Amino acid sequence: MKFVSEYRDPKAAERLAAAIRQKVTRPWTIMEVCGGQTHTIVKSGLEDLLPKEITLVHGPGCPVCVTPMELIDKAVAIAKRPDAIFCSFGDMLRVPGSTKSLFDVKAESADVRIVYSPLDALKLAKQNPDKQVVFFAVGFETTAPANAMAAWQADHDGIENFSLLVSHVLVPPAMEALLSSSNCVVQGFLAAGHVCTIMGLEEYFPIAEKYEVPIVVTGFEPLDLLEGIYMTLCQLEEGRHNVENQYVRAVRREGNRPAQKSIAEVFEIAPRQWRGLGEIPASGFQLKGRFQKYDANRRFPFSGEPAKESPECISGLILQGIKKPHECAAFAVKCTPENPLGAPMVSSEGACAAYYHYGRRQNHLVQPELSSPTSR
Amino acid sequence: MADAKTTSFNLSCPVPRVADDRIVLAHGGGGRLTHQLIEKICIPAFGNPMLEQRHDGAVVPVNGSRLAFTTDSFVVRPLIFPGGNIGDLAINGTVNDLAMCGARPLYLSAGFILEEGLEMETLRTVVMSMQQAAAKANVKLVTGDTKVVDKGKGDGVFINTSGIGVIEANVATEIAPAAVQPGDAVIVSGDLGRHGIAILSVREGLEFESPILTDCANVWPSVQALLNAGIEVHCLRDLTRGGLATTLNEIAFDRNVCVKLEESLIPVDEVVQGACEILGLDPLYVANEGRFAAFVPVDQADAALEEMKKVEVSQGAARVGKVEEGPGRTVVLQSRIGGNRVVDMLSGEQLPRIC
Repeated sequence: MKFVSEYRDPKAAERLAAAIRQKVTRPWTIMEVCGGQTHTIVKSGLEDLLPKEITLVHGPGCPVCVTPMELIDKAVAIAKRPDAIFCSFGDMLRVPGSTKSLFDVKAESADVRIVYSPLDALKLAKQNPDKQVVFFAVGFETTAPANAMAAWQADHDGIENFSLLVSHVLVPPAMEALLSSSNCVVQGFLAAGHVCTIMGLEEYFPIAEKYEVPIVVTGFEPLDLLEGIYMTLCQLEEGRHNVENQYVRAVRREGNRPAQKSIAEVFEIAPRQWRGLGEIPASGFQLKGRFQKYDANRRFPFSGEPAKESPECISGLILQGIKKPHECAAFAVKCTPENPLGAPMVSSEGACAAYYHYGRRQNHLVQPELSSPTSR
Repeated sequence: MADAKTTSFNLSCPVPRVADDRIVLAHGGGGRLTHQLIEKICIPAFGNPMLEQRHDGAVVPVNGSRLAFTTDSFVVRPLIFPGGNIGDLAINGTVNDLAMCGARPLYLSAGFILEEGLEMETLRTVVMSMQQAAAKANVKLVTGDTKVVDKGKGDGVFINTSGIGVIEANVATEIAPAAVQPGDAVIVSGDLGRHGIAILSVREGLEFESPILTDCANVWPSVQALLNAGIEVHCLRDLTRGGLATTLNEIAFDRNVCVKLEESLIPVDEVVQGACEILGLDPLYVANEGRFAAFVPVDQADAALEEMKKVEVSQGAARVGKVEEGPGRTVVLQSRIGGNRVVDMLSGEQLPRIC
């Protein structure tokens, strides 16, 4: 398939893997920031091709994983309202809040719908004027323009029964939070290609400079990742720390200016809670100015108990790359995709779920749960 | 270490309990929750040696001949989709379950649950398709039932069909999961994912340059060709809900074997692949309604393929992998770039990803 098969070509993959093996002289730890990249790495078994010196750790770039539990609780509370139609991207539905997930309340007859675009939710609002249609606006910079457009369109068309439950997070502040932690193990970053398609490269230069860390903006196909790893490795081996762009077919240095403009019109930067990481200053978007009337947070006051994370879940350590999913005592035993303790086990982009589904266990390929768990 | 099965259903467990106190949609998705439903509720209640075969149908001895018996319910939305409707599906689904037992399909029953307000024209279309599909498969619909439920209590039409078929005397061996063994080759009868994507394209309003039609079809002619050619067929499974991945996991788990697949050998139409890329779905888990997997001894794989390719419904057949001894209860796929991954059973439904 055009634009897909050429990036999964086995011969080209082997050539890049050989170049990596030839270049590497010592152990390096590289973090792929985005959950979509984690997904490709495990799905294609890419680590099988890498020399043992290279350790990939899986970053916080899964929007499902970092959405705080309290916000899930809020979403569940709104969805339970008899006058609400709650719309979300598919993989948010299974994320456990403190007592329930959106799937649970759907089974209890709440009107919860999977949509592919916030504009579909807006259409539902037009079709159901007697209902409150709420869209769960989750995601990184990548999904922000579409959500901004939905708010703008609602304002333009004067639609009042529509709102956004916003949990937008930003990649560069999270990278900085990781790098400034004393536990930081990351020596180089594969930055998230799609985020940079929107935002461009500028934000990354000061980070590379300040923390002396190579940052390579990388795509999502197996060959993209191998090339991104190779480019990061070259910088590490040569003692450089630049911002480089592997994903040139999608990312321009200045990003997508019209998309940035629509984001700036609708959103402003705000502090945000990250599940597993805590509050990071200036790390999210919230609706601003005349668009605040579309803020579901304001429209539906929520007075739930502060949510408590399961003490057994080590998702914070996993999202920082300090631990690998299979190093968690609950992994595949108490915590499974049917019964997740924490969000990284929920989304297919979550590192724990990716490890579970694709069997990237430390010692050998085992199918968890179906086989005996005593080997752990 | 506690046993995982008891842990996940332990009432005192502090974990939020998901999906085990109510039926959720994923219980019908064909994946792990469907299995839990069958293993924890149905098998304990009804368990008997024939049911415990966990095959697509039961094979029952009657006066010296072997009859296959099966049932299936159809609840698809939309009722009419590109290339077919719930009527074709209800006939071919049950015909194929019989074929998977190696049985020539003979007689079917049909039970209709109709929702108040359903347009008569829709029902006529569905029934007409059933009539045509039955004629094509050379089966007779010999008994049936209709019920009507209040508006809002059904989704237009639900159909249940049951079927009886006969296993011909020339089929010497048992065709069942229990006969799968290391050394078998795995053949799929055609490209994967058409049915699921055809349905999804209507539900999601997706349009493709060349529309994807369901693969819904009667696969008995292909099975018959294998049996008539004297191929020693060990097992046949249709690749309906949960797709190839789920079927192979069931076999690998039941037989404590490893099924090894090669991604580059698995046939997927380019448009289906494209739709899966856009929607964040994996074609290995997408439903088919006219595709099956055949397990045959490796030295007969070429002959089996040749026979299957002669029949229209399986002319796209391909050998995609093999059965090995270990690691047991595992399906492993070698990706295009040469890495390995475990292909797990689906947990819940396949959900579209955010980005």
